[in-house]
Amino acid sequence: MSEAAVWAALAEVPDPEIPTISVVDLGVIRGVQVDGERLTIEMLPTFVGCPAIEVMRAQIGERLAPLADEVIVKLSFAEPWTSDRITETGREHLRMSGFAPPGLGPADELTVMPIASCPYCGSRNTTLENPFGPTLCRAIYHCADCRQPFEQFKRV
Amino acid sequence: MAPLAEPPPSTTLDAPTREALAELLLAVADDEFVIGFWDSEWTGIAPMLEEDVATSSIAQDEIGHARALYELLAEVTDDDADRIAFGRGVDAYRHAALLNHARGDWAFTVARRFLYEHADAVRLEAFAHSSHEPLAGLATKMRREESYHLMHWDLWLRRLADGPGEARPRLEAGLARCLPDASSTFAPLAGEELLLKAGILTESLDALRGRWLERVTPLLSELGLPAPGTDAPDPDGRRRRSDDFAWLHGEFTMVSSSEEGALW
Repeated sequence: MSEAAVWAALAEVPDPEIPTISVVDLGVIRGVQVDGERLTIEMLPTFVGCPAIEVMRAQIGERLAPLADEVIVKLSFAEPWTSDRITETGREHLRMSGFAPPGLGPADELTVMPIASCPYCGSRNTTLENPFGPTLCRAIYHCADCRQPFEQFKRV
Repeated sequence: MAPLAEPPPSTTLDAPTREALAELLLAVADDEFVIGFWDSEWTGIAPMLEEDVATSSIAQDEIGHARALYELLAEVTDDDADRIAFGRGVDAYRHAALLNHARGDWAFTVARRFLYEHADAVRLEAFAHSSHEPLAGLATKMRREESYHLMHWDLWLRRLADGPGEARPRLEAGLARCLPDASSTFAPLAGEELLLKAGILTESLDALRGRWLERVTPLLSELGLPAPGTDAPDPDGRRRRSDDFAWLHGEFTMVSSSEEGALW
């Protein structure tokens, strides 16, 4: 079994809360280790308290089960998951589902962004309604042009 | 959790240092656990809808942090995270006395949250450089999430301090109730010397308390509000428990105590 085959299989595992984005494009896979018939996946949680972590782990385990005798999906904080780990494809898939992708900026300067691009009409004429949203990773904005509330995947 | 390929880092520590590490992890985990549950008491009744969402989200973050810390602790003491979280009596919790008080009104919540959040920020900054790598990694991650909490409570403090009507008097009353216990987050730990020697703590709790005062005092002074004193914290600051906490304990252990071994 090749490492590339494992990455290809992982690319088919969706995020449980935003299924248009894969766990690979979300940037939560830090490493893949193939050791004979044992596969070890190192996964970085997006948020420490994210309730989707266990679902994600189970889905990865299920998808990879046919590829190896033993699959270990281990959580890691060896480096922090940051929203900069979301790939360009991932950002596009977020927009397609009605989520503004996280803002970009210096990794150690986290601030609440007063404006986000509306994922529906592209306008920047938007306002932050709440830096906290329905899940840990989302903030709530409103677009003054298309008069649509929308969510942003939070920069973290 | 799946077994890790490498032996856990704490196995290389001698027994007294491991015990000291366990004491530290329990204190911090209990802090996050208890503040998270007090925050969750606002779900559905926060002053406005947006705040309901925010406080509930913050509560979820804190309980998540507590869970991750209890898991680190369980690895050090060869225990189970859920048992540590829910399986102890009231007197076995080691959260700071500041977190003994009931939720109170919104102004009290803001006052306590402001004082606690900055204390948490200071210690997480130190933990990020800890020689205990699992703690350093987790703290680095937690800091990024906590930065949103900090912004939130700083903003509320200003808003109430400059607010009309009863906002400021209520904030002053809330602060007055918090201040005697404010420094309890830095109450001494029996194993502190060992933690410093092993590099698990990179600075003494007293030094961290100094950094905390440097953060909270200027903002409180700017708003014309009283700041915490510089006296050493009560040595029993992590052992004193209250009737308010006993009530909360009854709430958060309700499911686990109604059926032993229940999973939810």
